[in-house]
Amino acid sequence: MSTEKKLKRIIIEPVTRVEGHGKVSILLDEKNKVRQARLHIVEFRGFERFIQGRPYWEVPVLVQRLCGICPVSHHLAAAKAMDVIVGADKLTPAAEKIRRLMHYGQMFQSHALHFFHLCSPDLLFGFESDPAIRNVIGVAAKFPALAVQGVMMRKYGQEIIKATAGKKIHGTGAIPGGVNKNLSTAERDVFLKDIEKMMDWARGALKIAKDYTVEHLQTLAPFGSFDSNHLSLVRKDGAMDLYHGNLRAIDAQGDKIFDQVDYQKYLDYIAEEVRSWSYMKFPFIKQLGPENGWYRVGPLARLNTCDFIDTPEAEKARKEFTAVTNNKPNNITMAYHWARMIELLHSIEKIKDLLNDKDLQGKDLVVKGKRREEGVGLIEAPRGTLFHHYRVNKNDQIEMANLIVSTTHNNEPMNRAVQKVAEDKLSGQKITEGLLNNVEVAIRAYDPCLSCATHAMGKMPLTIELYDHNGNLLDRKTKS
Amino acid sequence: MSDNITFTIDGVEVKARHGETIIEAADRAGIYIPRLCYMKDLIPHGSCRVCTVMVNGRPQAACTQPVVQGIVVENNTPAMQKHRRNLIDMLFVEGNHFCMFCEKSGNCELQAMAYRFGIPAPKYPYMFPDKDIDASHPDIFIDRNRCILCGRCVSASRDVDGKTAFEFAGRGPHKKIAVNAEANLGDTNAEASDKAMSVCPVGALMKKRIGFAVPIGSRKYDTKPIGSEIESSTRK
Repeated sequence: MSTEKKLKRIIIEPVTRVEGHGKVSILLDEKNKVRQARLHIVEFRGFERFIQGRPYWEVPVLVQRLCGICPVSHHLAAAKAMDVIVGADKLTPAAEKIRRLMHYGQMFQSHALHFFHLCSPDLLFGFESDPAIRNVIGVAAKFPALAVQGVMMRKYGQEIIKATAGKKIHGTGAIPGGVNKNLSTAERDVFLKDIEKMMDWARGALKIAKDYTVEHLQTLAPFGSFDSNHLSLVRKDGAMDLYHGNLRAIDAQGDKIFDQVDYQKYLDYIAEEVRSWSYMKFPFIKQLGPENGWYRVGPLARLNTCDFIDTPEAEKARKEFTAVTNNKPNNITMAYHWARMIELLHSIEKIKDLLNDKDLQGKDLVVKGKRREEGVGLIEAPRGTLFHHYRVNKNDQIEMANLIVSTTHNNEPMNRAVQKVAEDKLSGQKITEGLLNNVEVAIRAYDPCLSCATHAMGKMPLTIELYDHNGNLLDRKTKS
Repeated sequence: MSDNITFTIDGVEVKARHGETIIEAADRAGIYIPRLCYMKDLIPHGSCRVCTVMVNGRPQAACTQPVVQGIVVENNTPAMQKHRRNLIDMLFVEGNHFCMFCEKSGNCELQAMAYRFGIPAPKYPYMFPDKDIDASHPDIFIDRNRCILCGRCVSASRDVDGKTAFEFAGRGPHKKIAVNAEANLGDTNAEASDKAMSVCPVGALMKKRIGFAVPIGSRKYDTKPIGSEIESSTRK
């Protein structure tokens, strides 16, 4: 009998309140100690194959069908790659600002969705509270004003997407070399009317996340936490830039691994490892190898990598955030929520600045240059750095596509978080509701989009299965 | 030329000229007969059968049938609408029509027809045929996934452009739009400025590098249903 057969295995499947379908398995040894915990992504990946042969100008519209949650991120990352293909090295001010507005609208609505609908039940009611009330309906019943804010903030961001992309989901606004429409003054004025209210609500959401984290710091600091590298785009001057920049990676102490890397050359710095038990790959920094080169992306990573934020209120919030870890990188998994809300405020500050910029009414929308065969587009999506890489043949057809999405970058960190929580919270051979949700809470901090990460569709309820050391099923729990 | 022929469409008296087809007379009268292969100024082909009407109780293609004094035409009846709905359904499942990323979406006559007939999804099973793309030409391409074999490009190239760049090849389910060349579209004398390039009702024959330049909301059928331009016109 193999060693593994003597161990016990717990399966959590599917994991809930995240986007997509996955399962968690926890393998125990004969002493009921956690030997190994894994987040399995079992959806099948297909987009990179079936877009082969399609004309390149279709891709920004086609590839966003990966996901209904953050299609704008895929739309813009693909459009940025196609900018490279058509030789549009510098967009017109109108085009770049319309795209930025679309992107900040997306960031605003996505972060609001995650905080209010997916994560707030855990923070407001506690990780192990009654699951009957620990959900968005429970939030709406006990904190109605907050629930309404969540819905209305999401709506505001979605309306911005509609105004810039043509539709709230799966629009067509960004095209190779620019955009297909500007923002009329009438459209602008609708958004300006509510901007102060959105700023206020974003400040309120940030306060909830910050106060909760600071108040529960002793409990949260070790929860699913570990030291890690961090990666994101940053602007040339080191500022946070969610739309464009160069790659920066830092280690757990804040020392730079690489900085200001042109992402067209990402393959010189990033590689992906395949493991047999998951359809999701494991990216790593080449120079550190797969063992030590894994990293985190997303709000926490972005707060750690940037030198400053170029909007005043978010910058003030960033300073408070970094002060908690003495200006060293914050490696607390649950600090993702606080970081996400700083970005929420940053996004609405950016939206306000853009709405007051007359370039949005510009009429010069598209540029072109010397045609290239290969292009890479990167963007900081709500969940983290998103890579789109395409090669186009002389007949204008896609020959090769490689997408590395945010959740894929966070694959190893999510596995580590699950392992950490399982080690700390599991006792005996029984699956408790609390354990089940503690594992989910750790995964949820990353706001993963598992369907997107494997480029498939699905939803995510949760089951745990517990196996004894002979491989017999001891206990099983499912919730949908 | 005087309108010296009279006949009725769904009980409405219509005046027509000698030599006119039913669809031409109906268009002038502001009566819309749905169609996909027929296009003004091209020789009618009668292939899609969407314009089928009952003429004195017998089915006829309105785009090829000449008017005759006193005929009784049934157009907008439940039976004819059901017949057309079935035809449109079949056209969808016989090809690979993915409107969500098709540049023609919003300007597509097949899509607009489905909206006009209230078809959210085909009732027949998708056939998912294996079709190819010919992108060998520097400025235009054929996506056979979307071709409904209407023959407009064949007619326009032959009768207007004088090039015979396109032709049909094969029969039955193997029928496809082909090019008049040894190998590919890139080997023909077709050009992006040809009339043939502006007549495709779907996204099968397209100019390159213009994807999604027209935003959602500004496309032909975004706000008005197909046929409304005929129904709103006054008698000429």
